[in-house]
Amino acid sequence: MIDILSSILILAGVFFYLAGSIGLLRLPDLYSRLHALTKADNLGLGLLVAGLALHSQDLLIMLKLLLIWLAVLAASATSAHLIARQARRQEKVP
Amino acid sequence: MTELFLLSALGLMLSLFLGLLRVLLGPGVGDRMLATQLIGTAGVGILLLLSMLLNQPALLDVALLLALLAAVAAAAFTGQQKTHHD
Repeated sequence: MIDILSSILILAGVFFYLAGSIGLLRLPDLYSRLHALTKADNLGLGLLVAGLALHSQDLLIMLKLLLIWLAVLAASATSAHLIARQARRQEKVP
Repeated sequence: MTELFLLSALGLMLSLFLGLLRVLLGPGVGDRMLATQLIGTAGVGILLLLSMLLNQPALLDVALLLALLAAVAAAAFTGQQKTHHD
């Protein structure tokens, strides 16, 4: 039962990763690419971490996985903000 | 379970490859930086899967370090652009 649930979560995470990278490749400009990328970062890694934590069944490993996810969340939010502000500043506003 | 982990790692490798394609195509530096961000996150995912697959808990620490360094890369990029611009 736990194995099935964890498999579903991991596969959903990989799906979000692939959707995010296809969006990064196909969307027209930087701001919409930013939107696609944050889906991959937050949701894809989140679902992957949830699946792996269910699979491991060890409290220390679960806490470490959670810590990794939180670090990636903070990093991706900060860097998305920085990159968007940089692009906005370089854009010639009439 | 092992097959599933290997398949998922393969899917993440595909995602990483698409990110590299964006680095190659990307019109601006911002696009390339976004692709670098995706590569970092996909690398973290692959490391997590490998740590479960090979039963090596030390790879979790490597993934944590990679996650922290990805933020430093984006911050350094923005700071460098700013000083270059002025």
